[in-house]
Amino acid sequence: MTHPLMELRNVDKFFGSTKALKDISMQVHPGKILCLLGDNGAGKSTLIKVLSGYHQPTNGTVLFEASETRFTGPRDARQRGIATVHQNVGSIPLMSVGRNFFLGAEPIKGKWPFRSIDTKKANKIAVEQMRKFGLTRVENGDQLVGTMSGGERQVLAIGRAMYFGAKMLILDEPTSALGVKEASMVLKMMRVARQNGVGIVFITHNARHAMSVGDDFCVLIQGEVAARFKRNEKSREDVLNLMAGGEDMTALEDDLEQID
Amino acid sequence: MTKYLKKPETGAFAAFLLTYVFFALATPGTGFVSINGTAGWLNLAAELGIVAIPVGLLMISGEFDLSIGSTVGAASMILALGTNQFGGPTWPMIVLALTAGGLIGLCNGLVVVKTKLPSFIVTLATNFIVIGATMGTSRLIANVTSSSIFASDSAKMVFAFRWGQANISILWWLLIAFIGYRVLSRTAFGNWIYATGGNEDSARAAGVPVERVKITLFVATGVAAALVGILQGIQWNSGNSTYGMGYVFQAPIVAVIGGVLLTGGYGSVVGIVFGTALFGVISSGIFYTGWNTDWIQLFLGLLLALAVLANNYVRRLALTSK
Repeated sequence: MTHPLMELRNVDKFFGSTKALKDISMQVHPGKILCLLGDNGAGKSTLIKVLSGYHQPTNGTVLFEASETRFTGPRDARQRGIATVHQNVGSIPLMSVGRNFFLGAEPIKGKWPFRSIDTKKANKIAVEQMRKFGLTRVENGDQLVGTMSGGERQVLAIGRAMYFGAKMLILDEPTSALGVKEASMVLKMMRVARQNGVGIVFITHNARHAMSVGDDFCVLIQGEVAARFKRNEKSREDVLNLMAGGEDMTALEDDLEQID
Repeated sequence: MTKYLKKPETGAFAAFLLTYVFFALATPGTGFVSINGTAGWLNLAAELGIVAIPVGLLMISGEFDLSIGSTVGAASMILALGTNQFGGPTWPMIVLALTAGGLIGLCNGLVVVKTKLPSFIVTLATNFIVIGATMGTSRLIANVTSSSIFASDSAKMVFAFRWGQANISILWWLLIAFIGYRVLSRTAFGNWIYATGGNEDSARAAGVPVERVKITLFVATGVAAALVGILQGIQWNSGNSTYGMGYVFQAPIVAVIGGVLLTGGYGSVVGIVFGTALFGVISSGIFYTGWNTDWIQLFLGLLLALAVLANNYVRRLALTSK
């Protein structure tokens, strides 16, 4: 049995007297997709920030690759192979695909004073990498990222993280602003990443998306783990009910109908 | 075709060509298109061009520098007081003037990065502080605000040589343009400039040292402004605190005419060069038509308005698929 890539044990996070996270324990395994489900304000954002090194937990321990770890900051976490892809940020619209892909790690050719970015190489690798994850519409690395759809940008950002050796991907609502086709492209890509042995934390409030790719599920309510289950252990209704805070969704729907 | 329309420099090139042809046709037989006439507009463009390139790069990174005007004057006064009142040797005084320009840029950069205040207002303040300090200090030392410069022959060769009507500053302009082009389009640092202006948070998340990018560009702008002060001072054999005040708005104007977006993140050095050349052609062409030179301002204003509209359009075009 391989050890988990990352593990939280009884983690609390307080901001002053506000308890944002209470006694969270969870494991991220390599080659598995862990879905973090929860309504707005359930503590998903705070948990992402603990996982990606922005916040240190108030109590409890974080283990990365089986050793106890305290990230000094997001840069530290990134260098150890934890890549976070946020909902909106991550790409610069008025720059080309190749330049975006290698931003901060540009391939250089030639000798000073004629050192320059190897644009050809950058464009070629960027396009290849995206093709690997099923994005074939973008053929020209010189194309501006602003011309790509939201889903394609997610593919670019995830492909970039994978290329630079991410062991763990934290995807913050990668599908929530996307149409059906786009979302399925991103979900497919997550499967490819899983096959490559990457551990994925998939944050979402879309139960259908979560059920279609997730291996392990964790439902957060008011900063606490309200439920934890594996694939096929629960139906979609059950999950929705859990996310709504244990209230019966059907009861809510009945209420709504009476308003009409 | 649309591939070229999307490039930031296309508009500036087209406007330059149209304006040049217009003045060439409107002033037959006056020598506007002669070698001397060409040297005339190139001279006008060159010194503005030397500051406009780093100012343009700074704007692409999302910042402004309005302190260039007073830095030009301050550099010329350092050279004047140093070689005249203190009888110092020319070259060390030139180094001193360039260093002062770099330090002004460093102050701008540090204040903007640390306080996160808009650079527009920070550098506007610097502009007044520097010109005030230059005038006050000059008055204290020599009771003047302008003074003669005694430059060595070697310095005159490098900064004031002329072929016919053409100043050596044209070569300096081309050199700075070449460096600017290489840095922006070919180096990793250039990639960081675009990224910093395009989306600062994303750039930082990708590991781009955005603070260092901005500070470096502020320093480069200060040094370039000091270089212009030295060029003008040695050409005219005098330093003056008020040299360069015209550049405060001319430099950002030609950058915008050259296709640089006011919001940052987009633009090119080739575009800035054509924007500056356009400025030279208008300023010089008006003389040849015999019209009152007051019209220059009107022309520039109209061009600026047109350029901003065109840039908006080009950006939208660039962001549509394929």
